[in-house]
Amino acid sequence: MVKCYGRLMLAVLALFQVAAAHALPEIQSWKTDKGAKVLFVEAHELPMVDVRIVFDAGGARDGKQPGIASLTNALLDQGAAGLNADQIAQGFEQLGSNLGGGSERDMAWVSVRSLTDSKLLKPSLELFGKVLSRPDFPQADFEREQKRSLIGLEYQKQKPKSIASKAFYEGLYGDHPYAHDPSGTEASIKALTTDALRKFYQRYYVTHNATVVIVGDVSRKQAQAIAADLADALAEGDRAPALPEVAALQAGQDTFIEHPTSQSHVLMGGPGIKRGDADYFTLYVGNHILGGSGLVSRISQEIREKRGLSYSAYSYFVPMKRKGPYTLGFQTRNDQREEARTVLRETLQTFIDKGPTEKELQSSKNNIVGGFPLRVSSNAKIAEYLAVIGFYDLPLDYLSQFTAKVEAVSVEQIRDAYRRRVHPDRMVTITVGGPSKSDPES
Amino acid sequence: MRGLLALVLGLFATALLANQAVHEYKLDNGLKLIVKEDHRAPIMVSQVWYKVGSSYEHDGITGISHVLEHMMFKGTKAHPNGEFSETIAENGGRENAFTSQDYTAYFQTMEKSRLPVSFELEADRMRNLTIPDDEVLKEVKVVMEERRMRTEDNPQSLTYEQFKATAYTSSPYRIPIIGWMDDLENLQVDDLRAWYQKWYAPNNATLVVVGDVDPDEVYAQAKKHFGPLKTSEIVPVKPRVEITQRGRKDIRVEAPAKLPYLIMGYKAPVALTAEQDWEPYALDVLAGILDGGDSARLASELVRGKAIAASAGASYDGYDRLETLFLLSGTPATGHTIADLEKALLEQVKRVRETPATGKELDRVKAQLRAEKVYEQDSIFYQAMQMGILETIGLSWKDADTFLERIEAVTADQVQAVARKYLLPERLTVAELVPQPIDPKHPPRTGGAGHVR
Repeated sequence: MVKCYGRLMLAVLALFQVAAAHALPEIQSWKTDKGAKVLFVEAHELPMVDVRIVFDAGGARDGKQPGIASLTNALLDQGAAGLNADQIAQGFEQLGSNLGGGSERDMAWVSVRSLTDSKLLKPSLELFGKVLSRPDFPQADFEREQKRSLIGLEYQKQKPKSIASKAFYEGLYGDHPYAHDPSGTEASIKALTTDALRKFYQRYYVTHNATVVIVGDVSRKQAQAIAADLADALAEGDRAPALPEVAALQAGQDTFIEHPTSQSHVLMGGPGIKRGDADYFTLYVGNHILGGSGLVSRISQEIREKRGLSYSAYSYFVPMKRKGPYTLGFQTRNDQREEARTVLRETLQTFIDKGPTEKELQSSKNNIVGGFPLRVSSNAKIAEYLAVIGFYDLPLDYLSQFTAKVEAVSVEQIRDAYRRRVHPDRMVTITVGGPSKSDPES
Repeated sequence: MRGLLALVLGLFATALLANQAVHEYKLDNGLKLIVKEDHRAPIMVSQVWYKVGSSYEHDGITGISHVLEHMMFKGTKAHPNGEFSETIAENGGRENAFTSQDYTAYFQTMEKSRLPVSFELEADRMRNLTIPDDEVLKEVKVVMEERRMRTEDNPQSLTYEQFKATAYTSSPYRIPIIGWMDDLENLQVDDLRAWYQKWYAPNNATLVVVGDVDPDEVYAQAKKHFGPLKTSEIVPVKPRVEITQRGRKDIRVEAPAKLPYLIMGYKAPVALTAEQDWEPYALDVLAGILDGGDSARLASELVRGKAIAASAGASYDGYDRLETLFLLSGTPATGHTIADLEKALLEQVKRVRETPATGKELDRVKAQLRAEKVYEQDSIFYQAMQMGILETIGLSWKDADTFLERIEAVTADQVQAVARKYLLPERLTVAELVPQPIDPKHPPRTGGAGHVR
């Protein structure tokens, strides 16, 4: 009887754990011997693994050399440990492995996705280690990538959204490291050298400035070995220093940039929130109602559904190390832009004045909470979350607390947070488009 | 999923891959249901695929399939305008729709227990759409804004659109999915109603569900919600086979831009039209040899190597419904012209025609496609989409399973054979984007290509 009871208990317990594990990935975390933070989720359903090393080495670290973070990252696989770019690319691709990398304002990362068959995984990781810790920055490859960066800048000049985005960040951030575009300028890219890239790499691609993310079909023991092999092969170095705080905007700015397009792209906003911000969940849920939930959000309802003015009208916060932007925007035919701008401003003002209704709040909570399993439904998405949690020092129970924090938000908190944090009278508005009859500037 | 259960599943991971549980059903009204179990996370995706898209359209009503896709969110008697999206959102779902040349598809991704919510709404709008006049008027405006954003103001898209309209003469693939601006402006509500009546019926649709579901339970729910729907008499679309091209075609597209851009396309068969059933797979491998990553020929020889291109690519899709194009494209590197790039791409074509690919290259492409087959299972959406496309163009979801075998069987001789047979000057169309000044003081001659009113 006792044994039976015990088995039953175990069975119940097992079921419960399965159910709990079902909803949430179990995050394991430790530090490598030399001190790199590791976040790991074991997932054995598919014979594959994602490994990503994240560094505090994005465009915010460019200093007086805009574009250096981005170009340094792009050069890593163009020559390493004596192998040339062809050999590196062939090395990964003949194993079916995908090498990735990139850099934004905060983060820079290098990643690999491989099958876990040891005949494939072992050589993939060895090669990945070389790219990560022994890049050569060959002169010829540097010069070619430098030219390609310049072409990339030209490409951005034919895209109204890119033009608007650059001006928007400059307007929001003044002399803060977030102000310039991570792709740099023609002059700053031309001024870069392999020595400068090497110095940047040596300063920021170091163990103490790294977070290791592993998701997939490997054991904890394997994951520990992988993390140690990769992160501890880097120089120990130091964490990047804290970035300055973002100053509040003192006045509004409304800039028109003429561009020969049939539509105008409008971006409006100001500094928003940082990761771990006390108002994070309140503003996240508030914005979900205002402009973050696709076609059912207020901004989309007013601009697209009721008036047919735009294909996409939206608002979103980008939480970063320091206050990332709060952006509201749309694109519309040039002669409709004043109307759409007015609707956007009024929609925002009404939201700040009155807040959401209880019904809207409940609907948004239902959407976010009911849809939570969708956020962690693949290895790729989980790896993305681990990178954010690790890089921004969020608590390991961030995901398990997520729905409770959303549920706790009230109408009054949203109204209060919007009044304190969102200031339409001190926003930057950038409009890029062609001339319009109703437009005083043209 | 990633605790205890994961350990158990780990043992069978390989077995699961080899024998994916796919179940096929057919309702009495002709609706086909395909269910694939994927128990990695407690979610499911439900997709409804209609056999209609821009290649079913004709001049004068171009873009109508896509506008109808937008109108599908504008309400029925039972669920008036706005309710569809609100209900899905309330249930934590993500939803959208997409239109292509060969299909129109609608999807909801939701926590698994919400499947009946999705089925009820999709079944309702399959037959009962109201298409109110005033909503059509507004939504066509939205689509025009979409066209401005995607095409009119995007010089590369504009070039691609005109390239396709030049490459194809009698094939409906010449029609842009979003439609010509003039046709959008002249679209009538009655056109839309007729299009809906003509194509939206259970016997012209495939329902695909992938996720943490019980197939028989899904079938029961499908019968309950879609079962009562009436069938339509679907008149098959006419073949409209592309006429034989009689020589190379060239166009120049002038638009405000900073960078030149080149697209070249050779008429090529697809799985449904190929004379030999291995040909599309050999073309797939050929595309991989030219552009299957950074070690492929275009990246290693044109972007690096000679550094003629800032970017260069090749692509081919054997799962189109009609004869397609094997595409090459790129932007020249600084100091090189479009002519240099074209010459370099034609040299690449000459080489694949004259010399077989190496064993190493073939092995690399196959290793990548083998791995990709595993990686793609990380997304239930992608798995559903693959089966939906195959069923909708007239193949079977089972072809997704045999794809890899067919790729593995491709030889270097076959790759050379398809290059020799299809990469011929008389099958080629070339389009060049010729940048015009962006300077606002000098408005472009051809801004918007005459579609803006």
